Amino acid sequence: MLVIEGLHVEVGRTEILAGLDLAIPAGEIHAVMGPNGAGKSTLANVLAGRDGYRVTAGRVKFLDHDLLAMSPEERAAAGVFLAFQQPVEIPGVPNMYFLRTALNSLQRAHGLAEIGPSEFLALAQDKVRLVGIDPALMSRSVNEGFSGGEKKRNEILQLAVLEPRLAILDETDSGLDIDALRVVADGVNALRRPDRAALVITHHRRLLDLLVPDRVHVLVGGRIIRSGGAELAGELERTGYTGLRDDRRDPVATIGASR
Amino acid sequence: MSGAPLDLEELAGRSYAYGFVTDLDTDLAPKGLNEEVIGMISAKKEEPDWLLDWRLRAYRHWRTMSEPVWQNVRFDPIDYDDIIYYAAPKTKEALSSLDEVDPEIRAMFDKLGISLAEQERLSGVAIDAVVDSVSVATTFQAKLAEAGVVFCSFSEAVRRYPELVRPHLGSVVSYRDNFFAALNSAVFTDGSFCYVPKGVRCPMELSTYFRINAAGTGQFERTLIVVEDGAEVSYLEGCTAPMRDENQLHAAVVELVAMEGAKIKYSTVQNWYPGDAEGRGGIYNFVTKRGLCTGARSKISWTQVETGSAITWKYPGVVLKGDESVGEFYSVALSANHQQADTGTKMIHIGRDTKSTIVSKAISAGHGQNTYRGLVKMLRSAEGARNHTRCDSLLIGPDCGAHTFPYIEVKHPTARAEHEASTSKVSEDQLFYARQRGIPEEEATSMIVNGFCREVFKELPMEFAVEAQRLLSVSLEGAVG
Repeated sequence: MLVIEGLHVEVGRTEILAGLDLAIPAGEIHAVMGPNGAGKSTLANVLAGRDGYRVTAGRVKFLDHDLLAMSPEERAAAGVFLAFQQPVEIPGVPNMYFLRTALNSLQRAHGLAEIGPSEFLALAQDKVRLVGIDPALMSRSVNEGFSGGEKKRNEILQLAVLEPRLAILDETDSGLDIDALRVVADGVNALRRPDRAALVITHHRRLLDLLVPDRVHVLVGGRIIRSGGAELAGELERTGYTGLRDDRRDPVATIGASR
Repeated sequence: MSGAPLDLEELAGRSYAYGFVTDLDTDLAPKGLNEEVIGMISAKKEEPDWLLDWRLRAYRHWRTMSEPVWQNVRFDPIDYDDIIYYAAPKTKEALSSLDEVDPEIRAMFDKLGISLAEQERLSGVAIDAVVDSVSVATTFQAKLAEAGVVFCSFSEAVRRYPELVRPHLGSVVSYRDNFFAALNSAVFTDGSFCYVPKGVRCPMELSTYFRINAAGTGQFERTLIVVEDGAEVSYLEGCTAPMRDENQLHAAVVELVAMEGAKIKYSTVQNWYPGDAEGRGGIYNFVTKRGLCTGARSKISWTQVETGSAITWKYPGVVLKGDESVGEFYSVALSANHQQADTGTKMIHIGRDTKSTIVSKAISAGHGQNTYRGLVKMLRSAEGARNHTRCDSLLIGPDCGAHTFPYIEVKHPTARAEHEASTSKVSEDQLFYARQRGIPEEEATSMIVNGFCREVFKELPMEFAVEAQRLLSVSLEGAVG
């Protein structure tokens, strides 16, 4: 579903991603772990189409799309969703309205009829309950004055309503208590279907214990230096990333992304 | 507002073809301004002597004044001798159907979601076939009359209710007030008059929509609203349609008088022709609007959404004379392309425990320049007066500007004025967030801008608020990217 080949990305004059390869087949959940500064968030942002990143080489194929040639909204319409590490506040725009506007933008992009306010309310109410977000937050401005946990739940609510083909979670688990963590995991697991996939970027193993990814990739120095099954997360917790760093000297030893 | 530039010269030229005519049938005054022209305007309107005298005094005073230069806007000098000061409203040819209306204007109507009947009215289509509109208007007139509310054109008020007009005309905005107020006082042709008697709560929101005879009153409009003790009115001015008025200079005067415990809510949505993308053409909107809270516990509230005009220059204010009276000003001003706006308010606190609130939201896009200029003055008598001011500016793109000039004068030790100001950009983060969720860039921008203005929009009557939001989105089209 998603195939990244030899991706090189610079921010300013610094190369952050240095030949990253990664493939996520439909129906799978992949985790990317790595130390600070390894390029995890850069990967997420480049996939979603944020400004400020220069792709100097490589390509990204998503379904039949040349992902890098598309605008952020086109990528969203194609089914790419990024759960933000730091969800953004939009003063004066009610949360519910934002969500409906987003959903209807996608509907329009797919040539489908827009969803009216009452129909949307019914649809959203279920998901609001599921995610355990305080319904009062729905009439407040987007993320304004939300606690860290509320913001993350709100991201998962958007995920649940928009039902993307590919969900990218950029350290959505950071700073969350176990209940909120479960919401995140349930949100992603609920989307587990043969035609969907998820890329979960995280520092910690806790989320992966709940999610049980199909593959775990280790991102260090802008490249995937090792890939393995869910058990790799446990191994990483014991050895740390430093133990793995040596693998980079010998590219042959690197278990790159499965093509 | 894109589109073919309005050819002012051509339009003006068409009028000039008539030359210096005094033939009453043409309904056109000779170019330029002198006492004879004023006499002619007054005679045409069959005005009483006191009003002609008043006009002439205003004119003589105007001659001694010069155009103000302190405002933060730039424009070419106006040749006051090159203006036709009186043209009867009916100079526009009535169209017989909507098919004759400029397709671009129709497209704009559709974007704004304006009903067909309203489109016809706004385009000046003869409405003899539309029985509904006529009966609607009549029904409303009857309902108002029953409540004792007078709502009619200014000329009609002068003829039928001189005793209501005379004591209040110029009582809030004297013809000595400023250059454009003096000019207006000398040459105003028509406008609206509204009177709500003691204890009456006006049964409906008044708007020019229902006052068909006031259509096309032109460049020097005059509005007077008098609300007696304990009475209330909500008045809506302007229309959200892209009126392509051929008059370049608009110098209107609006006076509001609120007596004891009276409440006046005055809402404006202004969307006159702003000029084209290169800054050619467009209306100069130089308006004096002021309310007088003459009675205790009275309240005057101005809400304005300004998205049109090449230059907007106005400061709707409130003179808080009655004790415990309240003044409010909520404003959204958008300047895109080459528009310039220098707007704000004046709150003059005279009475004890008077309160004022100012919320100004200025949006600049393209090469737009937006200035908030506000005066909060608390006189020695204004014991316990309070003001709270918030000015927020939003910038879209690198070439626009926002400026804030607050003037605060406090002369009583117990009076207190607070001022908060902020300037921000539509943040890349917000835009990216919305776009990542699938919302196209233009829509995302207008959503963010509307959010920024929400505090003001919620002061508008419901239907107006919806139209104002659409209008803002339409005005921002092409301003992004």
